[in-house]
Amino acid sequence: MSRLVRVLLIAAVGVTALVAALVPLASAQSREINVYSARHYDTDRSLYDGFTQLTGVRVNLIEGTEDQLIERIRNEGANSPADVLITVDAGRLWRAQQAGLLQPVTTATLVARVPEHLRDPEGYWWGLSKRARVIVYAKGRVDPAELPTYESLADPKWRGRIVVRSSNHVYNQSLVGSLIEALGPEATEAWARGLVANFARPPQGGDIDQLKAVAAGEADIAISNSYYLARLLKSNDPAERQAAEGLGVIFPNQNDRGTHVNISGAGVVATARNRDQAIAFLEYLTSDRAQEIFALGNSEYPVVPGVPLDPVLESWGPFKEDTLNAARYAANSPLALMIMDRAGWR
Amino acid sequence: MTALSRAGDRGRLLDARAGLRGWRGNVLLGRPGGLWPLASTLIAGGLALPILTVLASLVQPRDPLWDHLARTVLPVYLTNTLALAVGVGLGTLLLGTGTAWLVTMCRFPGRGLFEWALLLPMAMPTYLIAYAYTDLLQFSGPVQSTLRAWTGWSRQDYWFPQIRSLGGAIFVMALVLYPYVYLLARAAFLQQSGCLLEVSRTLGRGPWRTFLTVALPLARPALVAGAALAVMEALADYGAVQYFAVDTLSTGIYRTWFGMNSLATATQLAAWLVLMVFGVLVLERLGRGRARYYYTTAALRPLPTYALRRLAALLAMLGCALPVTLGFVVPAGAFAMMTRRGGDPLWGPAFLQLASNTFLLAVLAAALAVLLALVLAYSLRLAPSPVTHLTTRLAALGYAVPGAVIAVGVLIVAGWLDNVALGALRSALGLPPGLVFSGTLAALVFAYLVRYLTGSFTTVEASLTRIRPSLDEAARTLGHGTPSMLWRVHLPLLRGGLLTAALLVFVDVMKELPATLAIRPFNFDTLAIRVYRLATDERLAEASTAALAIVAVGLLPVLALSMAIARARPGARDT
Repeated sequence: MSRLVRVLLIAAVGVTALVAALVPLASAQSREINVYSARHYDTDRSLYDGFTQLTGVRVNLIEGTEDQLIERIRNEGANSPADVLITVDAGRLWRAQQAGLLQPVTTATLVARVPEHLRDPEGYWWGLSKRARVIVYAKGRVDPAELPTYESLADPKWRGRIVVRSSNHVYNQSLVGSLIEALGPEATEAWARGLVANFARPPQGGDIDQLKAVAAGEADIAISNSYYLARLLKSNDPAERQAAEGLGVIFPNQNDRGTHVNISGAGVVATARNRDQAIAFLEYLTSDRAQEIFALGNSEYPVVPGVPLDPVLESWGPFKEDTLNAARYAANSPLALMIMDRAGWR
Repeated sequence: MTALSRAGDRGRLLDARAGLRGWRGNVLLGRPGGLWPLASTLIAGGLALPILTVLASLVQPRDPLWDHLARTVLPVYLTNTLALAVGVGLGTLLLGTGTAWLVTMCRFPGRGLFEWALLLPMAMPTYLIAYAYTDLLQFSGPVQSTLRAWTGWSRQDYWFPQIRSLGGAIFVMALVLYPYVYLLARAAFLQQSGCLLEVSRTLGRGPWRTFLTVALPLARPALVAGAALAVMEALADYGAVQYFAVDTLSTGIYRTWFGMNSLATATQLAAWLVLMVFGVLVLERLGRGRARYYYTTAALRPLPTYALRRLAALLAMLGCALPVTLGFVVPAGAFAMMTRRGGDPLWGPAFLQLASNTFLLAVLAAALAVLLALVLAYSLRLAPSPVTHLTTRLAALGYAVPGAVIAVGVLIVAGWLDNVALGALRSALGLPPGLVFSGTLAALVFAYLVRYLTGSFTTVEASLTRIRPSLDEAARTLGHGTPSMLWRVHLPLLRGGLLTAALLVFVDVMKELPATLAIRPFNFDTLAIRVYRLATDERLAEASTAALAIVAVGLLPVLALSMAIARARPGARDT
């Protein structure tokens, strides 16, 4: 083959490829939604399949950390295929809203089913499940009556006995955000310094690592999300179950504002192309069926009242929750992180 | 001086007078070297684009957040990162060089086994070994619990090294990163001429002194290249240091970017990291020195190996067994035990889908990376100029930048391409909107190339520098054009190096996590993502099956490479 023919052939292939790339892949756009989810629990698959069975709409899932998902939606811009953003923390939903990535949707169903303090006042995002940040203690080594509030954790008598995960994690940032709202920044920083002085070890690992440390005797008190303890209690490993049975749970601040709760929630993306299906998806997630899967699949508290709880959660009984709107503590998370930095909470 | 060389001198003189030396002459006179600078610029420019995009935000004014960082956490980040780099560099040099020498130059029982076994830790990603050792050695892990049960001690009564610390991070990273040095050192030692070593012996130097004064300096480019790779890999790691609660620039970047929602300040932290990488690269260049390492004879005699006697043989076996055991057997065993207790419920067709996705991506990226590395290395060799030097340096920067930062850079570039460039084209042609680059395999492979080209480039270049220029000149006088020379003369000599480069990229892509998480298309998961999901949700035991799968898949090319290297030794077929 002569040189000229070869060059022409390559050029033809290149141009064809370019044109082919420009023609979008035909996809039945109205029969699917694209969900960007930061939840990473296997049980969610049955949630999405349930929606497909009910409505015939396919759910395309992309999972990742919330921050990368938000960055991705931001970069994809007007062409983003994302329809729904699901996170495990209110702070990130608030951040997505601030970045203009969500659109407000309000329907009678959503308003009726999601309590007011667990959703954005303007309808940009809706809570789908609830998790309490509780104090877990070693039975026999700690008297729960001495730890009625989050504030009491800074008491010097607990020196060297508390473990908690790093300040990097959104759960702690939201907790401190709610404290800033309740106590003010200066008092919160003083509290954080007191707490850091009580650490048994520098923050490392996740919530379950803290629980295991308490069970093993490395510390006596841990701060953790409620579903992690429930998960340990239901574990397949008998050693883990036994460890968890030696732990007790305290719901702090029952006599004043209530225990801090965070939400796993969702919002419709501003540039969503399948808006109606996305709204239907959100409504489906607040249905009793879906709320039960949330509750029983990952031991979370459903947001809709009246849905049966997981037996372990049931055994802990009802508790007073902090009805501070999630948007308020979410907005404090950057300040919370700076306060934790200054207090030496790594 | 021969007539031939005098003619060559005259030719060069004429060119110099006409101002047509070097690349200018190549381009103007249409010599074969003319296209090389262009090709290398295009490649390097394309690959450097995401990093430059990220670095470009440096020119934005600093906000008060930077002062907050500088006062509170920046010193910790810097000292930890430096300590990590130095520790891992020294550790991998020691482990890699020592084991490579033992395996190539000494005879002891089990040497054939260790030759390929020493590569095994390369299949273990840093985050996996971090998870495994934490699970084993932490306070509530089996080792300390058994200790407490036997002795009746409690927390205050004994001291146990804290695995979740800077020392622990250096330890586990050195254990999985030394194969980079081992591979390159071994290739260098295998390629060395037996004549040199024999001459050294006849001059009265024993095996130790021969090693220290003859073999080691000759292998220096390879050793330095390997150590640089290992250090850059350590600097870019996020999973292990984050799990070990070690605050480095990597963790700081994520924390500032996401926790404080300040991409600009996070980028400035990233710039510090890039500067450190620059430092490593500069040190590597200096380490290679201005000397040129060629063999002056083509007669490569088989290497004289030293037979080791009892105690020395035992020590050698121990010295080789320890890295393999600690770096591979122990973590893989830990995962295997976790699997037995309660493994991943996803075994089956879905799991196979994950595996094939991972394999496809890795093969594609490895092939492309080796191709691009070859082009870049040749542009440096055939048409050296300030342009090619600069572009190849730029292309090699991606390795030390954390995967997530590259992911953001690639997303920004892909987003720009889709929204601005193609958007304009679409509206001009009247086509409906949609994404072409973002969220596709192309963007993902591009991110892999940006990140992993250094590995293949350094290896290919190190291999290429072993081929002396007189071979090129001889080929030309025999009538070979450049393509023919590359294909028939260089390629057979480069085979070992190319395979090494392909392997490095393959295994790295398979283990890669942050970029894949951010860029991958819908409904496309890899094994690494599965492990990460389960481990971050603190279901480490369930992650064990996927972890073992990553390690198993990584083993096959390791073994294949090991055999290929031994066969590709120049002169090996003569024996």
